[in-house]
Amino acid sequence: MEYISLFVKSIFVDNMIFAYFLGMCSYLAVSKNVKTANGLGLAVIFVLFCTLPINWLLNTYVLQPGALKWLGPQFADVDLSFLSFIIFIAVIAAFVQIVEMVVEKFLPSLYSSLGIFLPLIAVNCSILGGSLFMQQRDFTGLGESAVYALGSGIGWYLAIVCLAAIREKMAYSNVPAPLKGIGITFITVGLMGMAFMIFMGIQL
Amino acid sequence: MDKKLKETILNPILKGNPITVLILGICSSLAVTVQLKGALVMALSVTIVTGLSSLIVSLLRNTIPMRVRIIVQLVVVALMVILVDQILKAGEGTYAIDKQLSVYIGLIITNCIVMGRIEAFALGNKPIPSLLDGLANGVGYGLILIIVAFFRELLGSGTLFGIQILPAGYIPNNLVILPPFALILLGCIIWAHRAYDKDLQEK
Repeated sequence: MEYISLFVKSIFVDNMIFAYFLGMCSYLAVSKNVKTANGLGLAVIFVLFCTLPINWLLNTYVLQPGALKWLGPQFADVDLSFLSFIIFIAVIAAFVQIVEMVVEKFLPSLYSSLGIFLPLIAVNCSILGGSLFMQQRDFTGLGESAVYALGSGIGWYLAIVCLAAIREKMAYSNVPAPLKGIGITFITVGLMGMAFMIFMGIQL
Repeated sequence: MDKKLKETILNPILKGNPITVLILGICSSLAVTVQLKGALVMALSVTIVTGLSSLIVSLLRNTIPMRVRIIVQLVVVALMVILVDQILKAGEGTYAIDKQLSVYIGLIITNCIVMGRIEAFALGNKPIPSLLDGLANGVGYGLILIIVAFFRELLGSGTLFGIQILPAGYIPNNLVILPPFALILLGCIIWAHRAYDKDLQEK
């Protein structure tokens, strides 16, 4: 039951885009049509779902203050948490590189449809942001962090597909010249964010 | 050369502003702009990180193999961010701000401005111009951050830097503090910028 609550909460209430603005750059750049938005969204779900549990394990058994206790009592007061940024980003970058190679080798059709989005994911804030939130909120187990990763990935996916659909339709409307393109997109995202705020404060 | 240097410094501030023109580094620029103080610290941190990592990558540019350059760049940037984060955590007055900025200081690593400047400029230029380019982009970013934070703090809580500015009878507009308003405000800034500079309008 807790998992379901966390899952729904991370999709709607703590939506990566509308509540924390994470992954905004690629969100705005790649949302011109639904097809590519779909590809990027799925890739983000996958990478988030795989890297966040790995980073949870690293955080719990290596980085936290006192996490190295399993090595022996003399390590009980070692605090490596200042290294977390570099370790998390290294895990993400390495994982993305591995996924890229595997997909290129075994699923060439998927590789060509995802194109440059795969390597771009390494610098997508929502992936690193997910790991940093995981560290900040002290998730208690592997399952919890996996559910959180899946939920926030799906939330991101939902947001980018919605925006892409709106932008496809917006191409036919008459927007003032200085607002055309990115300006009106910002305002649209702001309005979508307000719509998403109806989920705020929902208790499950 | 002198003219080129001047161009390097001035271009990112207006004509090629990283936020309003290149649309880079949006994530953090929206989340930290509720209070002017936080925005100022964030702007300074990003300026320092962009400048120094551009300098270091530019010094290393002839030794980095092309294939693994992303990881090398990420390591350099992460190192700078860790330095900034540790300094903020250590300072007496800055510790509270560091807590308030929460994960967004760490997210400077994936801030597209830093990576973008390294990829686009530092990999192909000498150290001193790279340093200046990085710093100027940080300033261009900070400028927008401070404009957004100014409006959000003034309208959202009636204060600037925590000092009451609007008369006591002012009822704070809670919508301004919420995330979506930052996006709309940024949209309006882009609108104003493009209405002023017609070359930037999209077809």
